[in-house]
Amino acid sequence: MPEGLNNLPINIPVATQTLHAVGLGYAIKYRRKDDVALVFFGDGATSEGDFHEALNFAGVFQTPTIFVCQNNQWAISLPRSKQSRSETLAQKALAYGVPGIQVDGNDVLATYVAAKEAIARARSGGGPTMIENVTYRLEVHSTSDDPKRYRTDEEVQQWQKRDPLPRFQKYLMDKGLLTDAEIQALEEEIQNEIKAAVERTEEQMKELSSQPAIMFEQIYAELPPHLEAQKEELARELEQVEETHG
Amino acid sequence: MAKLNMVQALNLALHQEMKKDDGVLVLGQDVGVDGGVFRVTEGLLDEFGEERVIDTPLAEAAIVGTAIGMALYGLRPVAEIQFSGFDYQAFHQIEGHAARLRWRSQGSFHVPMVLRMPYAGGVRAVEHHSESREAYYAHTPGLKTVIPSGPRLARALLISAIRDPDPVIFFEPKSVYRAFREEVPEDEETAPIGKARIAREGQDLTMIAYGAMLVPTLQAAEVLEKEDGVHAEVIDLLTISPLDDETMAESVRKTGRAVIVHEAPRSFGPGAEIVSRLVEKSFWQLEAPIRRVTGFDIIMPLMAYEQLYLPNTARIVRAARETLAE
Repeated sequence: MPEGLNNLPINIPVATQTLHAVGLGYAIKYRRKDDVALVFFGDGATSEGDFHEALNFAGVFQTPTIFVCQNNQWAISLPRSKQSRSETLAQKALAYGVPGIQVDGNDVLATYVAAKEAIARARSGGGPTMIENVTYRLEVHSTSDDPKRYRTDEEVQQWQKRDPLPRFQKYLMDKGLLTDAEIQALEEEIQNEIKAAVERTEEQMKELSSQPAIMFEQIYAELPPHLEAQKEELARELEQVEETHG
Repeated sequence: MAKLNMVQALNLALHQEMKKDDGVLVLGQDVGVDGGVFRVTEGLLDEFGEERVIDTPLAEAAIVGTAIGMALYGLRPVAEIQFSGFDYQAFHQIEGHAARLRWRSQGSFHVPMVLRMPYAGGVRAVEHHSESREAYYAHTPGLKTVIPSGPRLARALLISAIRDPDPVIFFEPKSVYRAFREEVPEDEETAPIGKARIAREGQDLTMIAYGAMLVPTLQAAEVLEKEDGVHAEVIDLLTISPLDDETMAESVRKTGRAVIVHEAPRSFGPGAEIVSRLVEKSFWQLEAPIRRVTGFDIIMPLMAYEQLYLPNTARIVRAARETLAE
């Protein structure tokens, strides 16, 4: 792993990342490191073959891999009830000899404890765990998604009451651990952090969009001759555009 | 120097590289106790133990996906798919991740893994055990595809593949595994990936082949010399991607004629790409249309018909003579 980098880029084809976490776990164990591999996926991923192969491999090789399922009840338009006849998703792990636990995913502390236990088990040589965090997708799946086509407002409203953020906030305030002034300060801090991240990303995107040749350079460690030629082909084309419009 | 067949030569490469680098691991179905169904990994379990020589459950996607994870963590896994015909169950891991992670992470991560696969025909196997589908891999950006033709270079190329920082698909032609022996030096030897070699020099015709097709192509060159007085140059590609078009084009600029031989089906096969490159790089020196001697565009037939599917010496000689007559 590169120094200071321990998070892989988001993996788009559903469930395929679960297998990488098994390989990472195997390597961690082989190198006698204290790391653990955590892999995140949704309820929809539990229908994919890779998810099952990953649980099976992790079980067989007892890798320090934590499978974190965010069961938000919907795989775009497909409800949890149509994804599997299994009563829980966590029980799928049991078939592979892997501990599987289901927690209230809207309970921050419960989620924390479940993860902590799983990580401790993995670090002490106890192998993988699957955690099913039961929650709900309050928002749209993507900007092109219209949830009104497949679910009722009543259902969403029911789950809104269990929104983990106000719930945890209320808990902390009841315990006297958080005040209104602190909330306001935190929100301001978070807003600034988000703003800074957006600005940083826009800056990076601007920088990257001015160096199109980079898209050829991250395919292999060394640029092979045919890609060198294609890179030059694009450069010539861009030069011509520049001459015509510049 | 010992005289080794390709199985023994590949085994030597794995032994030496595992001894040299404790990051090299072998994983796949039956690679441990059984030593692989073709015995390429024989003896590795005894020498390096089951942590490094891993008998996996039967799941191709998991073998490749796990190897990707290992490689991301800095190991150099050598995964085996028992027959290349089963690799489609892992293809999404190869195309979707092994080939892309360097790009996806803007160079932060890379996947130094080797995927070894017994491949191609000529051993009278059942369905799914004889196909040549290297085009799928060669068509995929981010992969390198190597196909050795004999023991000595197979050993050298496998070592280079293990040390390569990018994923290498390593196809081992089954019919060559035990077909003949070559002197293989005990001392370490590597060979550059992406470089073809002139297997036979000549000035009248260029013949391009790889894998198991090298032997019948060399035999065809012999026949042409004896019966026609034609001196054919034979190029052994060794790497399908990236393709060493310069070595081929240079030869064709000299000979003006070319015949390409491969087992893979003709349409959209490696020969099609080779023809394009030759046209681009040596069109004005060409004196005749380029011929392709290939498998037919059919499902690889079984048993007795297998030999009718595969290019053979007579077919290659015929194509060469047609090219020479134009």
